[in-house]
Amino acid sequence: MDELRNINIKIDGIEISVPQGSTVLQACEAAGVEIPRFCYHEKLSVAGNCRMCLVEMERAPKPIASCAMPASEGMVIKTSSEMVDKARKGVMEFLLINHPLDCPICDQGGECDLQDQALYFGKGETRFENSKRAVSDKNMGPLIKTTMTRCIHCTRCVRFANEVAGVEDLGATGRGENVEISTYLEKAVTSELSGNLVDLCPVGALTSKPYQFVARPWELTKTESVDVMDAIGSNIRIDSRDGKVLRILPKNNESINEEWISDKSRYAIDGLSKQRLDTPFIKIKNKLQKVSWDEAFEVINSKISKISSENCVGVVGNQVENEAIFAFKELFKKLNLNKILPFQKKLIFSNENRSNYLFNSKIKGLDKCDYLLLIGANPRVDSAILNARIRKNYIHRDLKISSISSQHFDLKFNYDYLGSDVKILNLILEGKNKISNDFKKANFPMIIIGDEVLQNDCSLDVQKVSISILKKFGGFNKKWNGFNILHNYASTVGAIDILSEYSDYNHSALKNDINNNLIKFVYLLNADDFDFDISSCFVIYQGHHGDKGAQLADVILPGAAYTEKDGSYTNLEGRLQYAQRATFPPGDAKEDWTILRALSEKLGKKLDFDNLLQLREKMFNSKKMLKFDENIYSSEPKIITKSDFKSSKLNYENKNFFMTCPISRCSSTMAECSQVKD
Amino acid sequence: MKKKQLKTDNYKLCNIDQVKVDEILDKYPSNRKASAVIPLLHYVQKKSNGWLPVPEIERVAEMLDMPYMKVYEVASFYTMFNLKPIGKKLLQLCHTTPCWLRGSDQIEKSIFDTLKIKDGETTPDNMFTLMKVECLGACVNAPILQINDDYYEDLDYKSTKQLLNKIKTKKNIKPGSVIGRKSSEPYDKNGNINVTK
Repeated sequence: MDELRNINIKIDGIEISVPQGSTVLQACEAAGVEIPRFCYHEKLSVAGNCRMCLVEMERAPKPIASCAMPASEGMVIKTSSEMVDKARKGVMEFLLINHPLDCPICDQGGECDLQDQALYFGKGETRFENSKRAVSDKNMGPLIKTTMTRCIHCTRCVRFANEVAGVEDLGATGRGENVEISTYLEKAVTSELSGNLVDLCPVGALTSKPYQFVARPWELTKTESVDVMDAIGSNIRIDSRDGKVLRILPKNNESINEEWISDKSRYAIDGLSKQRLDTPFIKIKNKLQKVSWDEAFEVINSKISKISSENCVGVVGNQVENEAIFAFKELFKKLNLNKILPFQKKLIFSNENRSNYLFNSKIKGLDKCDYLLLIGANPRVDSAILNARIRKNYIHRDLKISSISSQHFDLKFNYDYLGSDVKILNLILEGKNKISNDFKKANFPMIIIGDEVLQNDCSLDVQKVSISILKKFGGFNKKWNGFNILHNYASTVGAIDILSEYSDYNHSALKNDINNNLIKFVYLLNADDFDFDISSCFVIYQGHHGDKGAQLADVILPGAAYTEKDGSYTNLEGRLQYAQRATFPPGDAKEDWTILRALSEKLGKKLDFDNLLQLREKMFNSKKMLKFDENIYSSEPKIITKSDFKSSKLNYENKNFFMTCPISRCSSTMAECSQVKD
Repeated sequence: MKKKQLKTDNYKLCNIDQVKVDEILDKYPSNRKASAVIPLLHYVQKKSNGWLPVPEIERVAEMLDMPYMKVYEVASFYTMFNLKPIGKKLLQLCHTTPCWLRGSDQIEKSIFDTLKIKDGETTPDNMFTLMKVECLGACVNAPILQINDDYYEDLDYKSTKQLLNKIKTKKNIKPGSVIGRKSSEPYDKNGNINVTK
């Protein structure tokens, strides 16, 4: 944007200079003048159909729609003149002609743009004496409740669906008085981002179905936190009341999730109050019985003292915060145990260098990138927000995208499908494939490696060749690093950061040990998605839900879910973010690091921190985790492997976007969503 | 969306002439194919008994690489696309001011008396559908009734009735003025057409 000239414009007597290409509305915003609007949204295209943003422009005969009018040199804008006031009152009166006066029973009440703006800019009365029109409600699936009579046809939802989400099912049918917003043939909206339609709707036409008639906004306690449903680390706001999480909304963060969050992040919260572990259990005669914390610790103590270190393994789950992983590691260290598995699935990458396992281009880099190669990645399922970001570049800058994956996935943008054989990478490297030219032309080429590769034996080979390709075509320099690993789980990067120096235990080693009957004692830290058989072992499960791990457990230690504890998470870029506690864990459940701390004391190996601050101080000793700067691109990753491509075909794994963790599996909303998909 | 239109599962698409379709598509640049949506919808509507069932809309969408919803939006916006079945003869009665002043209400009454249909209704035998429309642009020969593609002009209660009865009994009818005007030449109180010399 540097090369663009600035233009000078005068708003309400304030001289201001704005970049060329700004609209009058943006200039007003820059001058600190608030312009009421309904249809304008800075992340969507300009529609200009609500007319609420009318302002007076000198030498113009009538008010202009500031959202659609480009600012030009020397313009003089008035936003509080009589003309503007009259225009706003008039528009408001028109908008309210067909809008029902049902605010008392409307879920949007209290946070409704129309309500607020009617109060500040409206007339306060109407001259319209005829009947209001009524519009039948539409079915938009299990997440969105519609009351279409309230719709003011701003078309924000239509534009969001078409531009951001990439589902072209939403539209405005009919004309004039008969316009209705509807999905095509009233099918449910099949997008992972559909919940954002609710946020976008400036009135109560689209409201959240799971949240209907639950609470008023002024009753809620708002906690800003971080989402753990994927590795993106979307910023969220948790709204709670009386110790219960009632809803989750996105929090704006341009570097990560912009203004959106996925439906899973938003709606899986009803799982937080189902199947919870609220008291310690021990298994007696194959039956789980409630016990006190002391009794549970006693059982562990008696068991662990008899076990030798090679028979014991710890498994870190997918949504564990860094603090608990660190405490877990410290406990194992004290007990002289060194088998800790940082993640449950088989994921092969080298952890020597931090840039080997991070999303080095950063999420923001997706806006800059000019050629993208996906290898074994299905970002739509793995991280819907990231997919929307790729689509944004695809829509606005015609980003060229190619993909090597097991299947030709529907990613909501067009791409060049290169088949499922990763050996093609060698051809690209040698310049024998047409893709090589795309790489050559690109200034900011990007490769994203997804878990179809990471789970495959060829993982390191693919990574090595990818690095060579990027190196050859200028993918690494001071201003760019095009090598990206797409992680799926919130705790993966944190776990590697913390555990890589301590233990290099991995999935295949564990499988080997299990086959050799070496494993007798398993400590699952919130781990429910493992694919190995530990039914014959003594299992401790520490976590918050009665899911797969708890079923196998001999001792259950009830922990806290992500909304119930302070903790930090490292997202796939390596960015450390702090989540805040919104509610308290149920019953006797405790925050995870405190459980580990208490257990250590019981085992006679007291961990040397007494509060979260001390723990964090110790954890950040290595400094590695704090090292993150959005504008600094790390040096190129280095991978040592023979690269003989023993296997080269990527395999498809059927994933259900809506059910990937204990919380979302317990959520009935998510269950409904996955049924709609089918 | 209005009510469900028909069972789409066993709907048989109407026959269209690919040559004609290509002719329409050729008028627009290939990267701006969507511009052809209105002419194509018109063409398909003509071929499928004067209305657009959902599968036909989807077929047009596929021909133009457009999302179904976008084509549906267009089809629902313009009143000349019918989203519900219509009779074999579509009666479009103009009721804009000139026609109204010249007695379009009487014609509406005549249609109701003859066919027992009101605005938007279809006769049970699927023969006639009445639609009140805005100005047909032939005010000089008001009032106007458009039957399918032809204008019938200078109508009154009686002549409308005769016209409809002729159609009912499958007799030939002549489009244009029913009082014999060639174009819009004046006529006197008795109906004698005065062609100025």
